[in-house]
Amino acid sequence: MERTTIDLWFGAFVAAGFAALLVLALKVGNLGAERANQTYRVDARFDNIGGLKVRAPVRSAGVLVGRVAEIHFDNKRFQADVTLALDKRYTFPKDTSASILTSGLLGENYVGLDAGGDDKNLAAGDRITITQSAVVLERLIGQFLFSKAQEEPAKKLPEPPGAPASAK
Amino acid sequence: MVERLRRPIAALGHRFIEGVWRVGAVTRFFTLVIASSATSFQRFRLVMREVYFTGVLSLVIIIVSGLFVGMVLGLQGFETLQKYGATESIGVLVALSLVRELGPVVSALLFASRAGSAITAEIGLMKATEQLSAMDMMAVSPMARVIAPRFWAGVISMPLLAALFSVMGVFGGYVVAVVLIGVDNGAFWSQMQSSVDFRYDVLNGVVKSFVFGIAVTVIATFEGYDAPPTAEGVSRATTRTVVSSALTILALDLVLTSFMLRGQG
Repeated sequence: MERTTIDLWFGAFVAAGFAALLVLALKVGNLGAERANQTYRVDARFDNIGGLKVRAPVRSAGVLVGRVAEIHFDNKRFQADVTLALDKRYTFPKDTSASILTSGLLGENYVGLDAGGDDKNLAAGDRITITQSAVVLERLIGQFLFSKAQEEPAKKLPEPPGAPASAK
Repeated sequence: MVERLRRPIAALGHRFIEGVWRVGAVTRFFTLVIASSATSFQRFRLVMREVYFTGVLSLVIIIVSGLFVGMVLGLQGFETLQKYGATESIGVLVALSLVRELGPVVSALLFASRAGSAITAEIGLMKATEQLSAMDMMAVSPMARVIAPRFWAGVISMPLLAALFSVMGVFGGYVVAVVLIGVDNGAFWSQMQSSVDFRYDVLNGVVKSFVFGIAVTVIATFEGYDAPPTAEGVSRATTRTVVSSALTILALDLVLTSFMLRGQG
């Protein structure tokens, strides 16, 4: 009699443990539908990928359509070579453009795909030719300051006393 | 003067040699347990009985503390994430810290103090009351009959307990963040699912808890088997089990984490 209750407890314990693992896999982890789907790979070259990482999402119109599979540095072109694994359910025209975007103000980087108008579709191994690099905040600020500095001479702001006269 | 200097150095050397000796003895003990564990699979009821005592009876402490740890993570994480306006990431924070670290480590610490100490005390007392010698006399190997089933029971229970701990923690975090504070339910789960990877996070957590299970049960059974057959010896062995398993778990965690995080990101 004692033995059968222990059998029951053992079974219940192991079942609960495996149920917990299943919950971790399906509800907490991403072993859901997107893993089961088959993918095809396309390449894209970017001048600057910013903070893009492997396994970052690939979205089109905001919908998750794939993930970043590999990132390499192309030492001949001095560009980043990014391989995207796209879901087989979705097809994109050949002239689709890829850009590196940021979700939210401080969120993670992702690759956004904007469909073009070509009749032919992207196939495995193809290359996305129209790409747009990540926006690097420092460069953006630099460009802003540069353009501001070019406007400056036209306005002729009063100079602080004691400062050396400007070149112009 | 020389004598006064010599004594502490000699004591230090003695402790060091003792430590090295124990490492060697534990390794030999471990291989002996593996070598004599064939019977515990032929008579699996022995293992099941020990799983009941070490695993099933630890369920309450694991589930309750998992729930509380998850709730605390939810509260603390919300406080900090609120400063950055990223409260939806609370699910990611709770799930990743539980699945990667807190689940395996805290449940292993609880397991060491709840079940490991019991194993040590039981085996130590069996040795003190000469039950192990009696088994030997009857040509029953105490290694195969007593030690190996307890070892395998711990190895089986530990990953399951850690998984239950993580699930309860995620649920606790959900209760605090979504039900009590009011973080968006969909964002909580979807952000969690998009950043918790099954292989890198969940499976690595399982591997960790598996290793911790081996370490804790080997230490617990060894300390019991090695305990001096006196009341004081058993009590000291029990204390040593808890202390050295805790230190071993934390040290192993650092090593395993540094291996697992390599090549990511």
